[in-house]
Amino acid sequence: MADSGKLLSQLADRISYLIDIKGNSEWSNVGDLLGRIQWLRQSLFEIKEADLFEEIDRIEDRISFLEDRVAEKLGPAEIVNIVRSPQRFTLMDILENVYDSYTELGGEGDCNIDPAIMVARATISRRVKNKLYSHHVMVIGHEKGRGEEYRNGGCARPWGNDKALRYMRVAETEGIPIHFYIFTPGSYPIEDYPGAAQQIARNLYVMAKLKVPMVSFISEGGSGGAEAIGVSGLRLMGSRGYYSVISPEGAAAIEGKIREGEKVPRELVEHCAVQLKITAEDNLKLGTVDRIIEEPPLGARRDDFPFFRRLRYEILRATDEVVLKTKNFRAFRAYALKRRKEEGKEVPEDFDLFISWSLTDLEIERLIEFRLKKYMELGNGYFLENKNVLTEGIRKTKIFASKTYYDLRYGLLRPHRRNVQKVIEEVSSEGSVFLRKVTEPVMAAYDFIFPQPERPGKVVRSEGPEHRSIFAEEWESYVSPLANEDRTVTCPNASKYGCLDLWVPDLYGEFCGVCPNCGHHFPLEYQWYLENLFDKNSVHEFNDHIASCNPLDFQGYDVRLKKDIKRTGRNSSMITFDAEVWGLRLVVAMLFSNFRGGTVGTAEGEKFVRACDVAGTTRRPLLAYIHSTGGIRIHEGTLGVVQMPKCTLAVREYNDNGGLYIVVYDNNSYAGPVASFLGCSLYQFGIRSSRIGFAGPRVIRETTGQDVPPDYHSAKNALKRGHIQGIWDRREFKKNLHDALMTLGGPNLYYK
Amino acid sequence: MDINLNDLLRRYRSYPFEDYPVKTPHTGVVFLKVKEGQTVKGPSGEWLQRPGTLLYVIERERNVKRMTALWSGQVSEICLDIEGQFVEAGELLFSIRHQLDKEEIIDRILTQVLYILPAPQRARYLLAPEISARMEKQPKEGVSVGPGDEVLIMSLMKRDTVISYEGVPGALYKVYFKSGDTVEQESPLLGICPPDKLRYVQKVIQRIRTEWEK
Repeated sequence: MADSGKLLSQLADRISYLIDIKGNSEWSNVGDLLGRIQWLRQSLFEIKEADLFEEIDRIEDRISFLEDRVAEKLGPAEIVNIVRSPQRFTLMDILENVYDSYTELGGEGDCNIDPAIMVARATISRRVKNKLYSHHVMVIGHEKGRGEEYRNGGCARPWGNDKALRYMRVAETEGIPIHFYIFTPGSYPIEDYPGAAQQIARNLYVMAKLKVPMVSFISEGGSGGAEAIGVSGLRLMGSRGYYSVISPEGAAAIEGKIREGEKVPRELVEHCAVQLKITAEDNLKLGTVDRIIEEPPLGARRDDFPFFRRLRYEILRATDEVVLKTKNFRAFRAYALKRRKEEGKEVPEDFDLFISWSLTDLEIERLIEFRLKKYMELGNGYFLENKNVLTEGIRKTKIFASKTYYDLRYGLLRPHRRNVQKVIEEVSSEGSVFLRKVTEPVMAAYDFIFPQPERPGKVVRSEGPEHRSIFAEEWESYVSPLANEDRTVTCPNASKYGCLDLWVPDLYGEFCGVCPNCGHHFPLEYQWYLENLFDKNSVHEFNDHIASCNPLDFQGYDVRLKKDIKRTGRNSSMITFDAEVWGLRLVVAMLFSNFRGGTVGTAEGEKFVRACDVAGTTRRPLLAYIHSTGGIRIHEGTLGVVQMPKCTLAVREYNDNGGLYIVVYDNNSYAGPVASFLGCSLYQFGIRSSRIGFAGPRVIRETTGQDVPPDYHSAKNALKRGHIQGIWDRREFKKNLHDALMTLGGPNLYYK
Repeated sequence: MDINLNDLLRRYRSYPFEDYPVKTPHTGVVFLKVKEGQTVKGPSGEWLQRPGTLLYVIERERNVKRMTALWSGQVSEICLDIEGQFVEAGELLFSIRHQLDKEEIIDRILTQVLYILPAPQRARYLLAPEISARMEKQPKEGVSVGPGDEVLIMSLMKRDTVISYEGVPGALYKVYFKSGDTVEQESPLLGICPPDKLRYVQKVIQRIRTEWEK
């Protein structure tokens, strides 16, 4: 009878799991089956034993049949349900079953900075020819918490990601590899310090150059939250996991233009889950993950020990591969590893290969180089680029020529000239001091005998740029087409500050779109900035041949994309160009709102990376002016998400080579880009009336269940939280930018 | 302070409304969006971020302004003849008859009955430690203050200034601010009730709280 109770309990779990996967209990009457089991459990002692076991066998057969049916046609929406099931394995199960021992760091259970992020110092071992070898690793991941509320479903708060970063640095200090386990539906969207977006950006920036091998495993990869601990030399993914730019429900709400509070139709959610290409196979095809770890057909659960054995083997092999790439002598071992891979799906008992995970300085350099190379290649081939052999040849020759020229001019000759100048200065200073000592008594005697009347000193003009009114230039060159209407508008702050109605030609002409009473900035088109911020005729666009496309064949997206291309006359939402600000040359990457809401996809990412390269080669400062951005483009799925680490790595490389990267936010800047290549900037500024954040008010309300004040994302609050370094007035933009370029940055810039 | 509380109560009982006139802020052509007797809602949300019901639209120089209700209530005395007409600034369009709830009535009665100490300037205010300690020990109705008593500390530009009470002696009946909050100039800080009226006021308020319907 005791056995039958256990069996019934197991069967009930299997049915609950099927209900979780299908999302309802009406499918194939599984709800009735569950009811039958409950009844059997209650009347365990009233039924004859033989009848009971017969009934159990019948139910088990039925469940096995249903499981096979589900496994046969497993859609992306059902995979999402598998991942969200409380029966799915969590990080704690991995720590207990994959690693030999572990010590949790940064708190335990609910006594923790953020229980959604779990950090542990663990030991993992392998047997080679009957000898046991142990490796120490740092394990960082999300813990969904087996249902505990305090884990917050694996949604890391900003301070949780900060904790992860702290222990990444500990691993770097101790020189041990890091294993990341991603089990998050997304980051918790709050702006409290350190801020969801800013902290993810900081994590990406540090992970770009972390001097230890890193391997990540994705079970539930929810966009930015996943990237916060996702940069690695090799990315593994569970065969029943999902990795997506947005939850299917979120995508459905956007696609279906569902109002807040209304229910999203189930069919639309399923449609979006298919369109977003979120499964492991899809991601492997797209190149956003490197390898799939096979799970049972309906996904691994908490007691799936053969899966944990496989995971242990794969994680060891993956770390070996990352390490081995950096070694000088690796041919035989790499071959052995490869052979292992080809041997089949069986997990071997012992490893017959030992690879030390400690790295020399040279190997660390190679490790970082490989990481950079790997991420720079992500998403390549998923944007349109009109290139043929000739144009590609010309482009490469141009790059080579400019690199050689600038390396010679600023890399070789200038340091030499600086050294010579320094020596001359030193010698002349020494000489002047020596001469003064000799001539001083003579001069004193001369002055005493022939006293000279005192003359007023000459006025020295400062070398700074002559201050010119922006209005004069504006009248000369460009007036916003918004000014062509003969009507008035009301300032949104009129009830608060008593602003009078503004005549549109005045507002968008003389006032530069700024309320003269309260200073509210009305939005202006990006062309206004192109014309007024930079010197006349100094803007030269490059890489305008790179165009956005529909890499996932997202249904209906082609039409919308074509419409935007026709309307804006541009191929992507990013414009990259060379420009000058009062004679000072710089490279600019501009995201503008008119094209798909300023969202970032593969084309935009590639353009940004190339702008970083140009700025790095020419030793010019790099300005990211964000007219508006709505985040990562959902229609490009994870190809868009991987632009976050890709662009951040490019920024890190540029900064480390002595560049100056300034970000200026205008209008609305949200989500992925702010949580990566924008938020990682050391110098961020906001134009007045701009809004900066991770998620908009609706997403915050739906995720956290709490409303946020209307000014939650305002530039002023972003400044208070330390996310930006200053607020600039649009009318002073040019002057402020010039000042920033002159005062910030290191000596590697061409003009310093 | 010679106010008859019974008269006040009778007045609120016979007409428990406050009429808020809705006037045009400036010249323009007006299009009404409400009807006589229609119930309208004021701004809502924790920060009053959701605007109230759309009342009317006024257009001037092709600038169409949507004017929303600032109070909840019923539209009354609507001037239908101005629909689609050009009006001057300050033209009365209609009134919003706002039904006062019991807390609003209590507030109104208290403002007339109590001696109000207003904020001399925009600053952070704190209760004097002695008053604060006494309030913790005994119910606030029992804390008595008299002329010359130090009741508040005004904290402005890192300088704390003690504010002495100079009104009629009485019991500290209501504190209108949270200790440490920034209070605007002329906003009420404290409400002091003369001792002879204290019991009577308490009784009236008790009556309103128990007897009033809403």
